[in-house]
Amino acid sequence: MNPVVKTVSLVKIYSGGAVPVPAVRGVDLQVEPGEFVAIMGPSGSGKSTLVHMLGGLDARTSGEIWLDDQRVDTLSESAWALLRRKKIGFMFQFFNLVANMTVADNVELPALLAGVSPKDARERREHLLGALNLSERADAAPGQLSGGEQQRVALARALANQPSVLLTDEPTGNLDSRNTRDVLRLLSDVHKEGQTIIMVTHDARVASLADRLVSLFDGEIVDDGRIARRRTGTAGAVIDLR
Amino acid sequence: MRPHLLALLAKEPAHGYELKQALEQTFGSAYPSPNIGQIYVTLGRLEKDGLIRAVDVEQSNRPNKKVYYLTAKGRDALTAWVDEPTEGPRVRDEFFMKLVLAPLTGIADRMALISRQRRHYLSLMRDLNDLLVHIEPGDRVAILLIEGAMLHLQADLDWLERCQEDLA
Ligand SMILES: Nc1ncnc2c1ncn2[C@@H]1O[C@H](COP(=O)(O)OP(=O)(O)OP(=O)(O)O)[C@@H](O)[C@H]1O
Ligand SMILES: [Mg+2]
Repeated sequence: MNPVVKTVSLVKIYSGGAVPVPAVRGVDLQVEPGEFVAIMGPSGSGKSTLVHMLGGLDARTSGEIWLDDQRVDTLSESAWALLRRKKIGFMFQFFNLVANMTVADNVELPALLAGVSPKDARERREHLLGALNLSERADAAPGQLSGGEQQRVALARALANQPSVLLTDEPTGNLDSRNTRDVLRLLSDVHKEGQTIIMVTHDARVASLADRLVSLFDGEIVDDGRIARRRTGTAGAVIDLR
Repeated sequence: MRPHLLALLAKEPAHGYELKQALEQTFGSAYPSPNIGQIYVTLGRLEKDGLIRAVDVEQSNRPNKKVYYLTAKGRDALTAWVDEPTEGPRVRDEFFMKLVLAPLTGIADRMALISRQRRHYLSLMRDLNDLLVHIEPGDRVAILLIEGAMLHLQADLDWLERCQEDLA
């Protein structure tokens, strides 16, 4: 099988300021279909910059980005927009919900734009909002929701058209423990159904859902390997209680 | 395990097997499955130190069983255990020693050491996550214990990141 996402010597240098900032410095990353990859690293190590480039939100300085066997770093803005609709689900620190549309419409929109039938789009929306405990908020406007609720709506929307890859940056950043649990459960459910996920997070509990960890440091990958699944026993077998 | 048994005996006298059951009931799945042999050995030591005493209770068509109860000295020891401040979290752990000593040996690259440890911690976290998913909702003590272990791991990971920043 071919990788869903591939980068070759990917570089991003921000050159707007007084001195150029090399944020991503030669990243080679390959993500296979169905993989769940966590990206971790200190603040400023280039995590957000990397996933923004993967989603076409930030232009690369040099190197290549491939999505489903298509070279995408050379695409025009409008070609990117089209591709994003079909292939990429986003859930980022800024949510960008459409303010004058209901929660339900916000979640259905991406599927409709991608050409899914209205009936299927509605079913998918009902399923996702249910899984995130948001069914009762379906008719609300985003402005009437708490930060955590908006974040969960953003996740539902990102998953609405079953994208080739879900890109997410701190998916549980504003959430309390109960809402975090809902988001974690949905992420592992869609992962089990085969959803490819690339997720930036500082939260170890969230990261531990992934099968693979990529560690960034100073814009470079310093570690890339599997998060081993060990045996599951009772709590007593894990916790050292003398 | 000594103070745990003293605490259970402070509630009521009991024989060895009852203590095993009481531990299981109190801690749910959180207790590392108490071994009856270990319980008897510990009871023997507590008795020898005068913290508990045993009476033989006759049983029809079975050997006598020993029922243990707390002595005044045992109660004092238990009170002292409860009242004294508990040891803080470990800081000088094995990994830290490796990290500090690695450059002297020339064998290990510290960045690689930190990365490997990070993945190890995450796989421990994954275990804890799995436990939490499968645990009975009523198993409150075990849930709290797992959540505590997760918070400790998160702290260990944050600290790894600090160590890593220091290498730069
Ligand atoms: N628009 C921008 N213009 C200039 N520099 C930027 C811009 N965005 C990010 N940077 C710089 O690029 C580097 C990487 O930033 P990035 O946001 O990717 O880090 P991060 O790993 O996501 O950090 P955090 O964990 O804090 O979110 C940083 O030094 C940052 O200051
Ligand atoms: Mg970021």
